[in-house]
Amino acid sequence: MRLLQVEDMRDLAVGAAILGTGGGGDPYIGMLLAEQVIREYGPVRMIGLDELKDDDFGASVAYVGAPVVMIEKLMGVADMVKAFKALERYMGRTLTAVVSAEIGGANSIVPVGVAAALGIPLLDADGMGRAFPEIPLVIWTLHGLSATPMTMADEKGNSIVIETIDNHWTERFARSVATDMGAVASTALYPASGPDLRRASVPGSVSRVIQIGKAIREAQAAHRNTVEAVLEVTGGVRLFKGKITDVLRRILGGYARGECTIEGLGDFKGQKMAIHFQNENLIAYVNETPVAVVPDLITVLDSDTGEAVTTEHLRYGYRVDVIGIPCYHEWRTPEGIALGGPGHFGYDVQYTPVERRAR
Amino acid sequence: MRIGIDVGGTNTDAVLMDGLKVVASYKTPTTPDVSSGILSALQQVLAQSGVQPGNIDAVMLGTTHFTNAIVEGKRLSPTAIIRLGAPAAVALPPMVDWPSRLAETLGRNTFVAKGGYEFDGRQISPLDEEEIRGMARLIAGKGIKAVAISCVFSPVNVEMEDRAAAIVREEISDARLTLSHNIGRISLLERENAAILNACLSDLAQHTVGSFERALKESGIQAPLFLSQNDGTLMNTEFAATHPVLTVSSGPTNSMRGAAFLSGAKDAMVVDIGGTTTDVGMLVKGFPREASMAVRIGGVRTNFRMPDVYSFGLGGGSLVRKGDSRLEIGPQSVGYELTTRGLAFGGDTLTTTDIAIAAGMADIGDRRRVASLDQSLVENAKARIKEMVEEAIDRMKTGPDPVPVIMVGGGSILVGDALEGASEVIRPPHFAAANAIGAAIAQVGGEVDVTFKLEKMTRDEALEQAKATAQQKTVEAGAQADTVEVVEVDEIPLTYLPGNALRVRVKAVGDLRPA
Repeated sequence: MRLLQVEDMRDLAVGAAILGTGGGGDPYIGMLLAEQVIREYGPVRMIGLDELKDDDFGASVAYVGAPVVMIEKLMGVADMVKAFKALERYMGRTLTAVVSAEIGGANSIVPVGVAAALGIPLLDADGMGRAFPEIPLVIWTLHGLSATPMTMADEKGNSIVIETIDNHWTERFARSVATDMGAVASTALYPASGPDLRRASVPGSVSRVIQIGKAIREAQAAHRNTVEAVLEVTGGVRLFKGKITDVLRRILGGYARGECTIEGLGDFKGQKMAIHFQNENLIAYVNETPVAVVPDLITVLDSDTGEAVTTEHLRYGYRVDVIGIPCYHEWRTPEGIALGGPGHFGYDVQYTPVERRAR
Repeated sequence: MRIGIDVGGTNTDAVLMDGLKVVASYKTPTTPDVSSGILSALQQVLAQSGVQPGNIDAVMLGTTHFTNAIVEGKRLSPTAIIRLGAPAAVALPPMVDWPSRLAETLGRNTFVAKGGYEFDGRQISPLDEEEIRGMARLIAGKGIKAVAISCVFSPVNVEMEDRAAAIVREEISDARLTLSHNIGRISLLERENAAILNACLSDLAQHTVGSFERALKESGIQAPLFLSQNDGTLMNTEFAATHPVLTVSSGPTNSMRGAAFLSGAKDAMVVDIGGTTTDVGMLVKGFPREASMAVRIGGVRTNFRMPDVYSFGLGGGSLVRKGDSRLEIGPQSVGYELTTRGLAFGGDTLTTTDIAIAAGMADIGDRRRVASLDQSLVENAKARIKEMVEEAIDRMKTGPDPVPVIMVGGGSILVGDALEGASEVIRPPHFAAANAIGAAIAQVGGEVDVTFKLEKMTRDEALEQAKATAQQKTVEAGAQADTVEVVEVDEIPLTYLPGNALRVRVKAVGDLRPA
């Protein structure tokens, strides 16, 4: 057990943005929200998977939609709490723990706020060890867990319960509802028992991102190379360095889809990188050859601060480093690659681990 | 011929330039009324050069006046903010992450009203005119004139901000309004912050810009007056008086561009030591390196495009005092009172300039007045100043190797030529007037804001067309064609309009073509 305080939120936000691989929502807004709730309700108890009891029952909370909408609509924790309560009502039971569905961006920080507001513990774990744009793309799916019953709420007071035959149907319905709600909705999903969460979650995720955030903060303070610090703490590899020369971004089907073009600088002069994203970065090409691909993590870093630039903040003229980070090992099984690999997103590319491709 | 002016917290500088040649330059303390300092600088450069006022084609003025006001929290108007968007956008209220001192100076008069748009132009909720009117009356009751208005997704549709502004105007006829869509881009908090900062500067801006114009008029110069913007381009005074927040980083931009011009260096560190503060920034290929992502102004997060500059409290007027464990230098400064309060000028305050005079590094004031200073005090202060500058250089360096350092600004007499981290120290001619020169050689900008229908053309064609138009406008505005560069591209899909509409905003800038 560890207490999460207001002071931990900055490290959590900065670190979560790194594993958010471009998505998960603006970490700065997530941080402000979590800080606000902790100030009001006090620190949050974070427990490890091994501290979960058999009769515990937890659920995830997450924003579903296009991250670019969040930086305008400034969604709050209150709608998320509403969705969580609606799930409890529908299931007729009390939920005793909150877990992040993805450990990236706002979606890994706002659960801290929900845990604070409800006075229940947050699990030091998540469902994927990164962020992904679609509801089924979690390790929990590989372990047969269901995303439903799932609840969705908007700021206007509407809420909806979804129950489906599999997680792919959940994605389909949830995306339509999210679009109607303004391309982002507050949701509670993946209700699961203590034993299920224990066997099927990615352990230690929250501590890991806090550690990443701390490493960046310390490198900044010591004027050390922040990008090197990120590579060191994540076990990542450097993919590219350059200046953003084009950002194409559209809200389509409830996702932010697009492509970012980067002209090389320094060692990469004369080369061009293209990153395709659907909320999260999916594939990175250098001169049309793939250099990193899902489920490995592709993260765009501000060259100076080493902090991640999420897809909604990509902008013409930014100077960035692009790094690849190996994904959680279960994603690298044949089932994992079938679920969250390049083929799922329509890319006819063989998955090769990023650290091997980079060599 | 043109005149560049820099109005800093301590000094006002003027340079008269004939094409790219500096013909005359003059430095004088900034006066409390601002305009008499400008007037005397203008009169001096005209007298020195013998140029007739009628031969001046343009006057360009850069100022840190508004930045200092925000940083010091002085001369700011009480300000109200109305955000349109409820029931969305209620979780994080306006001014949520502001330094509390600044927020309290403005008064935290924050309102969130119904309204706002979804990404696709649907209304989140209709604007409630009576609600806005009620808020406007509360604001009027407090005697507040400066009002900022923001709205969720206003870059997609400006109508609600415009309508709310009209209602506020009906209740407060002399309101000074700032609408967020005129100031910033997508990302509500940053856009709204910039709008609030602009609103709180609005009263000061009207007065200050007015006094700039008065000084010019009194000098007999009939030429148009322009103000430097954050990105190194110019704006006219009418626009500047209502958009003061666009000047907040023009000071460092001007000094860095002036240093690049004077030294001819392309890749170097610029150290600009003024009267109160030192700005340190990196030149890359002759341009100030830009800060990426969010930039804080006086602790407030914004998303302006501006140079990456580290500022700290060291200048020619900085106080030198014995602290508990070591010598303390700055951040307090005697500012424009240096020539009356400094020891060497007959005053009773020990400043960094007195140290430089005592150490034989500068030959100004009356040296005899500092002759009795303890030698070890002088040496310690000298070492501490050098250390402060070296720390800043190290902080802004992008790699471990030493870099050329260009020393500019009146306070650069405080440091010698041997600096750790510097491969060489360059002191270009006219180094003390780099800011004013940067203003005089300001860049020319060209902007387009146009909506395309993508039924008949591809997105790439639309972007290319917008970029080409912006570049062409820049050349037409007087830029040298081979220096024109696109610096900003912003696109906003307007999905609520028929025909797959895309709003594209592009800005290009270039160097002024030599006459």
